[in-house]
Amino acid sequence: MANVPAARHLLRAKDLADARYFEPLAVADLAAAAGLSPAHFSRQFKAAFGESPHQYLLTRRLERASALLRATDWSVAAVCFAVGAQSLGSFTVSFHRVFGMTPLAYRAANPPAESHLRIPRCVALAYGRPQNRTFREDKAASPA
Amino acid sequence: MIKIGNAQFWVHDQDEALAFYTKKLGWEVKADVKMESWAFRWLCVGPPGDDGPGLVLMPVPGPPMLDGADSAKLAELVAKGAGGTLFLETDDLQAAYDDWSARGVAFNDPPTKQAYGIDTSFRDPSGNNIRLTQVLDFDPGRG
Repeated sequence: MANVPAARHLLRAKDLADARYFEPLAVADLAAAAGLSPAHFSRQFKAAFGESPHQYLLTRRLERASALLRATDWSVAAVCFAVGAQSLGSFTVSFHRVFGMTPLAYRAANPPAESHLRIPRCVALAYGRPQNRTFREDKAASPA
Repeated sequence: MIKIGNAQFWVHDQDEALAFYTKKLGWEVKADVKMESWAFRWLCVGPPGDDGPGLVLMPVPGPPMLDGADSAKLAELVAKGAGGTLFLETDDLQAAYDDWSARGVAFNDPPTKQAYGIDTSFRDPSGNNIRLTQVLDFDPGRG
């Protein structure tokens, strides 16, 4: 363990934010991953990566939230909690600050997920085919 | 050139599968959209940062794709482990093993040396097999 650059420990915290952003992570958890006290950790993290750990985690969550708004039909609340944000109100405010619009406006400004889903033709054929009323009446009619 | 677009598992319950792949494995949702007119939900997940093939989690189909008896048979076969295997590769198998073990993933075997590398495996909630391999230079003496 000798001669490990201090940044290696900070990277552990960054990796944790990237990997487990959807859990109720707090700066204290990230600090623990780096083995530093929270106050010391925040300063070191910002010096190394250019933004505070809180901001890093928040933007990681917002990036995922924007992807979910584009790629799913989940409600804004479902998206908010899926990315680990704890409060719908502050999530919406943060989203607006970063993207310049509300989550719903962001979704509306992008093509509906259903329109760009690449659902294979075989799936459409299999699941879109209506069921005929005579389906399996051979078995239903025969005695058990 | 041909490449693999998506692969697919049959699952017993899409919500249960979604929770497993996202909350336990930490994967991302690539798409989740309900097609109301078909009573169908396209659900696709993949490891974060991987723009390669996604894993489509499809419910065991009922009529008219399969009649009730066949649908039940398919669900049972998947539960028996006959559904198939997804082969994952990583550059740090021990880290993934430790992380996922801590998250409650029950591995079927510990990291094991093979001629082709190190590997281990686990199942999703429906019984689908997932093999995780760290590929190393081929060495017949290692396995």
